[in-house]
Amino acid sequence: MKPNTVLFVILTLTLAISAYAQVAPVQEPMVFETQQQEDRFKQLTLELRCLVCQNQNLADSDAQLAHDLRAEVHEMLLAGKSDDEIKQFMVERYGDFVLYRPPVQTNTYLLWIGPIIILLIGAVILRVNIKKRAALLESTPVDEPGNEAP
Amino acid sequence: MISRIFPLLGFLLLVGLLVVGLKIADSKTNVPSPLIDKPVPAFDLPVLANPDQRMSRESLLGKPYLVNFWGSWCVTCRAEHPVVTELAKLNAVYIVGMNFRDESADAMAWLRKWGNPYDVSLTDFDGRVSIDFGVYAAPETFLVDPSGTIVFKHLGQLTWEVVENEILPRVANMESGS
Repeated sequence: MKPNTVLFVILTLTLAISAYAQVAPVQEPMVFETQQQEDRFKQLTLELRCLVCQNQNLADSDAQLAHDLRAEVHEMLLAGKSDDEIKQFMVERYGDFVLYRPPVQTNTYLLWIGPIIILLIGAVILRVNIKKRAALLESTPVDEPGNEAP
Repeated sequence: MISRIFPLLGFLLLVGLLVVGLKIADSKTNVPSPLIDKPVPAFDLPVLANPDQRMSRESLLGKPYLVNFWGSWCVTCRAEHPVVTELAKLNAVYIVGMNFRDESADAMAWLRKWGNPYDVSLTDFDGRVSIDFGVYAAPETFLVDPSGTIVFKHLGQLTWEVVENEILPRVANMESGS
């Protein structure tokens, strides 16, 4: 084998190993009474933000606060609290920011409606462009040689 | 002509958004606390220096006080320590240190080494009280009025500007009001 090939193989293998680093579980084992509780726990920790590392959710984060908050969620689940009650607990302490899915309220209207508005603007621009091109095509004879549309 | 201006406008809009985004990026980490104007979360914790003695929210009613969350593991707490010390020298407000997620022995050693600016330190060993206060970074500082309502919160390192502009005026206000 050429030295380059050897190097390539080694680098490829190294990359493959690093992929495993990402799937390492950060969560401590937790005991649930029912499968349903476990599913709710997974869903809740996916939707709640870890405030120490703000672009991670509680499920992904390895921060001490995330550990503690996961334990808190776990405990509330076992105590029979509903999903809304658990979210309320978090919002009372950390504000709406803790929710990855922000509630629809006056200060989040733009957040919810903004993308739709942008989509509509895009649709209008598209329509205007299509009309313009159609008009251009109609006014330009295409079949005659030497007179092709630009 | 118009077809050339549109992309340019779009680009300028994006640049505008970027500028605004960068401007608010600094304040983004400063999550507004939903606890302002709410009653202090309930607590009943052992005193750091004397664990047999306990102190609760109720026992602190009737005077303004500052709750400062700190830990010996917290580098920024060490950085703000001189400011807390200066504030303590003024004797303007009762200062409660909330030693959280910390070993008491380490905490005591920390206070001996750098000096103890707190009127009292309480031990929140498992951090349960810190969760009720919505603390997610250390240090965090809360100002509580005599009725037990949180009137101000500062996230991160306390600076003398914050003490002078935010804390002391509010304390003076409470005292003149009562």
